[in-house]
Amino acid sequence: MSSTTISARRGPMAILARTGRMIMPAIVLFWLAMAFFGYWVAPYDPAGIQDADLFEGMSRKFWLGTDYFGRDMLSRILAGARYTVGISLMATSLAVASGVLLGLAASAIGGLFDAAVSRFLDALISIPSKMFGLVLVAAFGASIPVLVLTLAVIYLPGCYRINRSVAVNVAALDFVAVARARGESTLYIMIREILPNMVGPVLADFGLRFIYVVLLLSSLSFLGLGVQPPQADWGSLVRENMPGLPYGAPAVIMPAIAIASLTIAVNLTIDSLFGRHARDGVR
Amino acid sequence: MEPLIDIRDLRIRARTTEGHEIEIVKGVSFSVRRGEVMGLIGESGSGKTTIALATMGYARYGCRIAGGTIRIGETEVTRLDGKGLQQLRGRKVAYIAQSAAASFNPSRPIMAQVIESALIHGLMGEAAAHEKAIGLFRAMAIPQPETIGNRYPHQVSGGQLQRLMAAMALITDPDVVIFDEPTTALDVTTQIEVLKAFKEAIRDRNTTGIYVTHDLAVIAQIADSITVLRHGEVQEIATTPQLISNPAHEYSRKLLAAAEPALRPSPVTGEASVPLLRVSGMSAGYGLVGPDGMPAVPVLRDIELTLGRGRALGVIGESGCGKSTLARVVAGLTPASRGTVTLDGVDLAPGIAGRSREQLREIQLVFQMADTALNPKVPIDEIIGRPLTFFFGMKGAERDRRVRELLDLTHLPASVRDRLPGDLSGGQKQRVNFARALAAQPKLLLCDEVTSALDTVVAAAILDLMAELRRELGLTTMFISHDIKTIRAICDDIMVLYSGRVVETMPAAALETGHHHPYAGLLLGSVPALRTDWLETTPAASLQAQGVPPALSSAGCAFFPRCTRAEPGLCDTAVPPLRPLPGGIEAACFRLGAD
Ligand SMILES: Nc1ncnc2c1ncn2[C@@H]1O[C@H](COP(=O)(O)OP(=O)(O)O)[C@@H](O)[C@H]1O
Ligand code: SF4
Ligand SMILES: [Mg+2]
Repeated sequence: MSSTTISARRGPMAILARTGRMIMPAIVLFWLAMAFFGYWVAPYDPAGIQDADLFEGMSRKFWLGTDYFGRDMLSRILAGARYTVGISLMATSLAVASGVLLGLAASAIGGLFDAAVSRFLDALISIPSKMFGLVLVAAFGASIPVLVLTLAVIYLPGCYRINRSVAVNVAALDFVAVARARGESTLYIMIREILPNMVGPVLADFGLRFIYVVLLLSSLSFLGLGVQPPQADWGSLVRENMPGLPYGAPAVIMPAIAIASLTIAVNLTIDSLFGRHARDGVR
Repeated sequence: MEPLIDIRDLRIRARTTEGHEIEIVKGVSFSVRRGEVMGLIGESGSGKTTIALATMGYARYGCRIAGGTIRIGETEVTRLDGKGLQQLRGRKVAYIAQSAAASFNPSRPIMAQVIESALIHGLMGEAAAHEKAIGLFRAMAIPQPETIGNRYPHQVSGGQLQRLMAAMALITDPDVVIFDEPTTALDVTTQIEVLKAFKEAIRDRNTTGIYVTHDLAVIAQIADSITVLRHGEVQEIATTPQLISNPAHEYSRKLLAAAEPALRPSPVTGEASVPLLRVSGMSAGYGLVGPDGMPAVPVLRDIELTLGRGRALGVIGESGCGKSTLARVVAGLTPASRGTVTLDGVDLAPGIAGRSREQLREIQLVFQMADTALNPKVPIDEIIGRPLTFFFGMKGAERDRRVRELLDLTHLPASVRDRLPGDLSGGQKQRVNFARALAAQPKLLLCDEVTSALDTVVAAAILDLMAELRRELGLTTMFISHDIKTIRAICDDIMVLYSGRVVETMPAAALETGHHHPYAGLLLGSVPALRTDWLETTPAASLQAQGVPPALSSAGCAFFPRCTRAEPGLCDTAVPPLRPLPGGIEAACFRLGAD
């Protein structure tokens, strides 16, 4: 609130910030592309044992060294993106889609329906997520569809809560009252009046939710409950290369760096895209 | 004599969201002599608050003072550094904002906050500051001046909080006080008390002030001279009597005309026609319905009303009295818990679900805030076209043609059709709001505070539109407002609500004459008139009961605690029924019409 608040658009910090704004989305896009094409882009066969030592360091030939079988780490990480990013994307989409749908319905129908759904999902949220995942995976086996569903169910309640509160705020606005007074159907009010005003917050929530899912999937895999060999996501890569820790092998740290780069990049991208937008998306 | 405040060629620039700079205050100059009050008046966006804040060396977020000088006494404000500004603010210049609630910290007692600036500036000891604050409370006519300081902000009323904020501003004996719309958020009956307190404090202390408002009648009571602003430029500077009686500038004349809205000719004449809407024995509220059939938060009780075809009924009352709820009940949005709503002789179901599409079409609502009444993500032609499709199945070229007709009817250019509501001005949005309601070809139009969020000149144009629509379409309207002047301008009948009950009904012509219910009388007398001596002469200023009201017994008259004519033993034992008085007035008061 003073005359000096006009934002400084010069100086090293500003340049850094501006480059940061470009780099973060680029990293996100890169990992997204790898989820689809990583297997083919990889320089070596991710499963093929190379003519190399176990836990080799970084070299011209093997940029990120080799793993406990002497396989090329770079290829394995690129190929692993398919599982980490792919599974997380599917699970997040499922959770967010159902969360939006239920939140919308709860706000538009209200009353008993709202109360019932809210109570049920509140009960679900009180179960610790890793424990819940563990039980489901133990019961149904760790196939990819089970993982996707488990992750989606775990994150649905949080998703529902956010989307319900956004939807309820929109539903309280006068244009919704006008539509109701006209006699419009609940479905019309949900889809045409409320939903378009939720886009910003929903997308921002999607991004944040995606990060949680990546982290939970990675920890499940690290515990051996996630993606099963011979398939390997980044969490499994950390797990299987743990014996290389004493040798300071890049094979242990590189998959972890991949996880970190993905989550941080998504987070910062969301911030710059929706940070302000999401907050005043609903007034 | 050298003026105390001297502003010369003040320029303030703001950075838009797209990043380029625009000038929002364009070379404004005026000066204020010691002991005088300068009024700044203009529509929203004219730069009033920006200028007032600049007097304290503040520029709002994204703004900067780009040129000119601001001198207060010996001090050149634009040259002060951070420390100098701190010395200035609170000590030499004090600020009273529109929302006192936002200016007080809810978690600290009032007294500590009132004396804070005196302690910070080291002007006096704590005991002396207390003493002084209590004196100021008394000067502001705040009830229980000795003890009110121990309360928390949420424990006092809005009008009291506004006066407490004035006490907070005056505690350091500032040279200059800036009032920024300090009564705009208050009901008229509260506003009058606050205005009186301000005026007396200003007179007794010989305070120099800048008073910002959009309400000409209010400023006429307080200011010695007035600066009329528009688009960041001065239109006219004149003494208050001169501006009111003989404005020189074209725009000042417009403001003046809008401040006292002219009566719009009514298409109906004489007594009631065939009733279109009848509400009887209706009670309604919010929350879960209890075993006695009443909701947890009862809002309206035993409402009776009849609205003749083609007539306009004005519903007036202070905020929270249930006006909007009445409109919602008639529209079916808030189902009545008791009583009936009858349209054209047919009883309507309480809720929307029980009403036919035809019945829904016949009643249309227009809301106050065009910002929230129009879906920001839907283009205008879809907003207006949807009722056409929904009720009449119109499509394609036919619908398009009708949308154009409706835009024409509401005096909007056809080019707005593919815009989003955010691209339109406040007045245009309100017209779209009307066009959407008219698209349904309703019999009854419910207008809830449709002009309240608009600047007076824009509001006047909307009133013209409404009068035109009534004339051309023969619409029956219920016009809800807290502002009696707008109601008087376009309504045939008036209904006064107090605390969820009808306390008076009357033909609009009986407004100025006749005996009124004590609350209606207070309401009428509290509306500032456009003359400088109104505040001194209005009887309403002495109508407010002082002292502590007794606890409201739900059995008695709701106005009992505030009523100067109240008779304990009579008024607090039963609810007074509506009884006819001369001049077509009906009032719910034991002390009227009985004898
Ligand atoms: N949805 C709601 N739930 C509970 N109380 C409400 C709700 N809407 C309004 N109220 C209360 O009903 C009373 C009347 O409100 P309203 O009809 O909006 O008054 P007005 O339009 O005269 O200002 C107020 O006390 C308000 O707080
Ligand atoms: S009934 Fe009594 S308390 Fe109520 S308005 Fe009349 S005189 Fe006042
Ligand atoms: Mg209202």
